[in-house]
Amino acid sequence: MTETLAGGAALPEPTTPGAAEAPVLEARDLTKLFRVRRGLRGRGTVHAVQNVSLTLARSAVTAVVGESGSGKSTLARMLARIITPTSGELLLDGEHMPLSQRHRQQYAGRVQLVLQDPFASLNPVHSVRYHLSRPLKIHHMADGDLGGAIAALLRRVALDPPDRFIDKYPHELSGGQRQRVAIARALAVQPDVLLADEPVSMLDVSIRLGVLNLLADLRDRSRLAILYVTHDIASARYLADTIVVMYAGELVESAPSTQLTDTPAHPYTQLLLSAAPDPARAERPSLAGRGAPPSLVSPPSGCRFHPRCPHAMAVCTEQRPPSVQVSPGHSAACWLHVSDLRPAQAQPVPAAQPAPGTHATRPAGPPKED
Amino acid sequence: MSASDVAATITAEGSLAAPPVDRGEPVLEIRGLCVDYGIGDGATHAVADADLVLRRGQVLGLAGESGSGKSTLAYAATRLLREPGVITGGEVLFHSRPNSPAGAVHQDGGREGGIHSRAGTADLLELGEKELQRIRWSEISVVMQSALNALNPGISIGAQIDDVLRAHRPGLNGRARRARAVELLEMVGITGDRLGSYPHELSGGMRQRAMIAMALALEPQVVIMDEPTTALDVVTQREILEELVRLRDELGFAALFITHDLSLLIELADEIAVMYAGRLVERARSASLFQAPRHPYTYGLLNSFPPMHGARTAMIGIPGSPPDLRAVPPGCAFHPRCPHALERCSVDVPELATVPQVAPGRPGQEDSSLREVACWLHDAANPVPVPSELARPEPPDPGTPPDPGLPAAGRDTAAGAAAAGNGAAAGPVTAAGRGADPVPAEGGQTS
Repeated sequence: MTETLAGGAALPEPTTPGAAEAPVLEARDLTKLFRVRRGLRGRGTVHAVQNVSLTLARSAVTAVVGESGSGKSTLARMLARIITPTSGELLLDGEHMPLSQRHRQQYAGRVQLVLQDPFASLNPVHSVRYHLSRPLKIHHMADGDLGGAIAALLRRVALDPPDRFIDKYPHELSGGQRQRVAIARALAVQPDVLLADEPVSMLDVSIRLGVLNLLADLRDRSRLAILYVTHDIASARYLADTIVVMYAGELVESAPSTQLTDTPAHPYTQLLLSAAPDPARAERPSLAGRGAPPSLVSPPSGCRFHPRCPHAMAVCTEQRPPSVQVSPGHSAACWLHVSDLRPAQAQPVPAAQPAPGTHATRPAGPPKED
Repeated sequence: MSASDVAATITAEGSLAAPPVDRGEPVLEIRGLCVDYGIGDGATHAVADADLVLRRGQVLGLAGESGSGKSTLAYAATRLLREPGVITGGEVLFHSRPNSPAGAVHQDGGREGGIHSRAGTADLLELGEKELQRIRWSEISVVMQSALNALNPGISIGAQIDDVLRAHRPGLNGRARRARAVELLEMVGITGDRLGSYPHELSGGMRQRAMIAMALALEPQVVIMDEPTTALDVVTQREILEELVRLRDELGFAALFITHDLSLLIELADEIAVMYAGRLVERARSASLFQAPRHPYTYGLLNSFPPMHGARTAMIGIPGSPPDLRAVPPGCAFHPRCPHALERCSVDVPELATVPQVAPGRPGQEDSSLREVACWLHDAANPVPVPSELARPEPPDPGTPPDPGLPAAGRDTAAGAAAAGNGAAAGPVTAAGRGADPVPAEGGQTS
């Protein structure tokens, strides 16, 4: 392991995003609508991602946490410009980027995406050497010594000695080694931004930390801006400097990672935390809300979480909540944190339709209000 | 482990834990089970000498990484193993219980005779196809990981439940079967009007609930669950697990819960067995396993789950990767990844054996919990210095098991374990501190 990750060393406490470093990649109000057919004649629109703004700073890991269908992978693919956003802006080093996928190559030299499944993302008929030589050749990264450049890449992802791995085929590697090859391939173009979409969820439990530590090392030593997309809030807390929580295509909370998990401000974040496995939990959790995420074809009015929210108020059913700063660097899109509500607006609303599986709705205590 | 050893541990456990009624009495005993893939010298040993005891009303967790043989073990034990899997040895004893509340329902259901109407022990590995058919589903049912693959996409879930009841409960007429199907769906939190829904019309969580309803349709004594919630979101997972614990308390079945997620098992299971490369390496109460692991692999695995509280510390996980079962290292399969490997670890295979108890401050006092580990570090015959992280004191016993007569009693298991956790939090070991220097006790979580 590296010096920064020697056993027992305390990790630096997360800092406010962009406090020290200017953002490398910035997304403003990104929205993605997918058109779908419903039935024979009907048409619908899936509101996959709605008005999400995000900044990725150098030497920082930003985690996007959410359930499946929350739009987190769509967001990562839009940032990689593999999916064209319906609207919004994308800025790289403060410069506006075209949203479409045309003329992507130069952009791909700065922003790289690592996918979830290393079994599917590597071509089974090609060797490690081939996988790593492609980006080096296409982006003219190693004009002289191709073999040396590949060996250096393999060393960077701790596949050492490189000779042992360079001529292997994907089926000869373990899951963790494959994911390291996929990361090495992304690093070949010397990007500034690494987008990692669930990079460890397909790996065996005992080797996940190795890959997470590799990402932390790349952040610290190569000063990469990393987007870590995951559904596992514990690993986000471990790796990330900032955690952003998505629900039903919207960004609901963002804060420095330990602050978010220790003092969650949005009821959805509280629900996620109460549901996450935690062996050290002192008492049996009571779920702060129940049911399943809504359909994105016809999302609920107002706050998309209100049908499941134990604290829903009249205003939540009508208007989208604004993003409110709860404390420095910590913001939540929730009406509970808006102080000047009229009494009619603050009228509590019972959870709309009890979702299937509701046999007992246990009221949770009110969330912390600032 | 010989049969007499099994008997000895059972009686020891029974007398010490003093289970009320028949909780704690074994219902499924797996002894020396060996499973190969392929035949002859080229065979892969997927499960070797597995010993497991599942007790009535208990949730037994089986944890392991992919390829550790945990699913193979379950499939072999229920004789669902497909070619080229071959069971090469061992026995799987099923102790049926005729006079259970479930049994009474069976008789009301109009079933005559059959092997479950009399008490008895059967070796599932010796039974013929006909007898197996009677035991499967009605006494031992299985919930698979992918509900979408396990359910027939072309038939409504109501019809699929009806199918089960028609095959196993010939005495029921159409109306009774329908009423039972509605009752089953409502039991798992699906409204009865969903009876006509096809699997694709249900969400992932609802499909998995429907699977659980079907598994419980005949009130089995044993339910085997293979990663039933792995494909689901955490919130849905938590809801289904709560449901499961409630149903276990109500119906009193025993569950073998297979998963790779050890952190989940610690909250859910009463007892946990850990598998590595086809062998069981440790078995203990969940609280003991979590707070005082004895096997270096268990310790490493626990340290692979970042904590949710406290200061963030760098964690290492386990170096290397799990072995390929076609080329398992000689001796203890874990030795190439083990930081404490001894010379003999690369030669001799350690057997699962009772651990010499560690009770600092109270020398000579026997610990009451049943726990076993397969590691030469804990060999009583050849004592070696045990690393401190593998010799932590046992957490206090959560007390007598809950009374099965009370509906919500079983929930105490987790609460009890948590209480044990509180007790130990004052000591040097906290969850947050594992794997690193001691850190301050975990910070309060507000949620």
